[in-house]
Amino acid sequence: MSKLLLKGGRIVDPAQTIDIIADLLVEDGKIVAIAEAITDDGAVQKDVTGMIVAPGLVDIHCHLREPGQERKETIATGTRAAAAGGFTTVMPMPNTSPVADNPAAIMYVKDRAKDTGVVHVYPIGAITKGSNGKELAEMSAMADVGARAFSDDGRPVASSRMMRLAMEYSLITKLPLIAHEEDLVLVDEGDMNEGYMSTVLGLKGNPKAAEETMIARDIILARLTGARLHVAHVSTKHGVAMIRGAKAEGLKITAEVTPHHLTLTEEAVKNYDTNTKVNPPLRTTEDIEALLQALIDGTIDCVATDHAPHTIEDKVIEYHFAANGISGFETALPLLYTRLVQTGKLTLSQLIDKLSTAPARIMNLPAGSLAVGANADIIVIDPKGEKAVDRNAFYSKGKNTPFDGEILTGWPVLTVVDGVIVMENGEIKE
Amino acid sequence: MAIRTKDLIDLEFLSAAEIQEILNTAKPMKEVMGRDIKTVPALRGKTVATLFYENSTRTRLSFELAAKYLSAGTCNISASVSSVKKGESLQDTGRTLEAMGTDIIVIRHNMSGAPKLLGEGVKARVINAGDGTHAHPTQALLDMFTIEERKGHIEGLTVTILGDILHSRVARSNIWGLTKLGAHVRLCGPPTLMPKEVEKMGAEVFYDIDEALNGADVVNVLRIQLERQEKGMFPTIEEYAKNYAMTEERLKRAKKDVLVQHPGPMNRSIEIPTAVADSAQCSVEEQVTNGVACRMALLYLMCGGETLV
Repeated sequence: MSKLLLKGGRIVDPAQTIDIIADLLVEDGKIVAIAEAITDDGAVQKDVTGMIVAPGLVDIHCHLREPGQERKETIATGTRAAAAGGFTTVMPMPNTSPVADNPAAIMYVKDRAKDTGVVHVYPIGAITKGSNGKELAEMSAMADVGARAFSDDGRPVASSRMMRLAMEYSLITKLPLIAHEEDLVLVDEGDMNEGYMSTVLGLKGNPKAAEETMIARDIILARLTGARLHVAHVSTKHGVAMIRGAKAEGLKITAEVTPHHLTLTEEAVKNYDTNTKVNPPLRTTEDIEALLQALIDGTIDCVATDHAPHTIEDKVIEYHFAANGISGFETALPLLYTRLVQTGKLTLSQLIDKLSTAPARIMNLPAGSLAVGANADIIVIDPKGEKAVDRNAFYSKGKNTPFDGEILTGWPVLTVVDGVIVMENGEIKE
Repeated sequence: MAIRTKDLIDLEFLSAAEIQEILNTAKPMKEVMGRDIKTVPALRGKTVATLFYENSTRTRLSFELAAKYLSAGTCNISASVSSVKKGESLQDTGRTLEAMGTDIIVIRHNMSGAPKLLGEGVKARVINAGDGTHAHPTQALLDMFTIEERKGHIEGLTVTILGDILHSRVARSNIWGLTKLGAHVRLCGPPTLMPKEVEKMGAEVFYDIDEALNGADVVNVLRIQLERQEKGMFPTIEEYAKNYAMTEERLKRAKKDVLVQHPGPMNRSIEIPTAVADSAQCSVEEQVTNGVACRMALLYLMCGGETLV
């Protein structure tokens, strides 16, 4: 069978806490050896001297849009974008059309991923039918066919009673609920963070309190029910503080942060660039500092992109009408490498942990490790080469990024899924 | 000196010198308006389109007449935002106008940022005639022109803007313009209608009208919308008037020669009692006249007109 030998790279694997120069041998889709000077004449050899070899990245929060919103993205294009960005495992949200709130819908996503995708896809099921917040979805049946978490993502469960029931019921599945934390009544159609910039721009503010009150509620309900709660894209300093307290108390709470909430503030909205319209909105410098600190101290377990592709027409429109979201797969790694690792805020190993090992662990996915015997989901990162983000070159249908033209370092140059090269030097191998 | 930027989105992006240039140019324009023959050929051969997504007879007419007095061709397009959302995009509408030979597009839109979006999509110059709760630069220009006319200067004056600051594009543009020209700006209204961190724009915030009026040279009274009460932002119109109506009694707190402004249309029985509205201290009608003059000045300068004074 097929063999792949990566020669001379810097192998960084947070799962094994290793950071060594060595060769890595893959056989039949598994990692079979990490050692110095491996020779194997039957293997495809890649000289990766000077490069970083890491476990494939894992994104536990993304939108692949299929079925029903194929103009924005398909599983085919979305997984290619993922592979181009170094992601080998992704978890798509269920807010498709129709909503993935039943086992058939989960199986559809898995089947389409198998037929048309190039990375591992583990679907997330809805918490309530149609994500309407009224009746529980078939969480147990969805878990049976492969759903790995549940979320009503952009439509947070408003009723505290329904959320309590969902948390209790989720205990059957042992899977986490992923909560997009926003009290939509308090959001009141706010378009951006409420503060100086919303005042200057005359855009309706979405107060941090809208996110924080919901985090507080869900922590309290997690305490009541003993459920596993994963807080999606936390964006505020006080939200982080509550999660820190809940973890110290021993509640089963995990949290993620997006690359854009770690790198952009409300200031980015100043020219009404709708590529900055995200939910929750971009906050302030003090929030970024708190998020980064929380990422380092483990309060925030991982980074998730919230890859949210949209058509041009969804974005070249009045700010209020513009869709929320950033096409994030193809910029996440170099963005964070450039802004956090090169600046010394995070070590390389910490970044790989937050983008691969940690998300795999909290979602219990077979990924995020280069251990012998593990699936050969591997990426190679060039730590030196600089390149400008070119959204027109994205594999994603979504060209909606506020980072277009930014010169970044730390681009993935090889993506291997189950031992097969799916991306090399930015090109997807078909 | 002409306007540097292609589009006139807000006074935030103009220098003090540019603002002063527009105000200075408005003086001879006002003189033109006073003539028996009110037209000058300054913009002959140019076409100005007004593209209004919000009803506003006053502002539209003001721009249209300003263009006509300068001999520009004009056309008026009314559109509704709902049709825009479903049908043609704003930029496509703009490009259509441009393809027909429009030099300047004057846009009024109920969404903040729409003029910026339009300007990015067309080569024609765009003038913001009011967008959402963002900016209304020509209203601020005419307010400032009126102040200068009445007071002789703007620098050093204390200007109190009273009412629903949160939803007021007039307030925001006035804050930028007045502070750039050296005035002190105070904002006063109920806390539920005060935008967050607005102090950082360079204004002082008051919830108490008497404090806000104390020693003021100018009071700009904003229109209160009944809709805000319906949305729960204050209890009753009666209580609003109790706290924030610009009454004769309260006006005594301000300087003796205080100038009262209102962007119109006025709610006479609510934010501005008739006794004040019709007093000599109130400049509502002059503001309307000056609005045409300021818009003439702006159109002139945006079409590359040279300094007149």
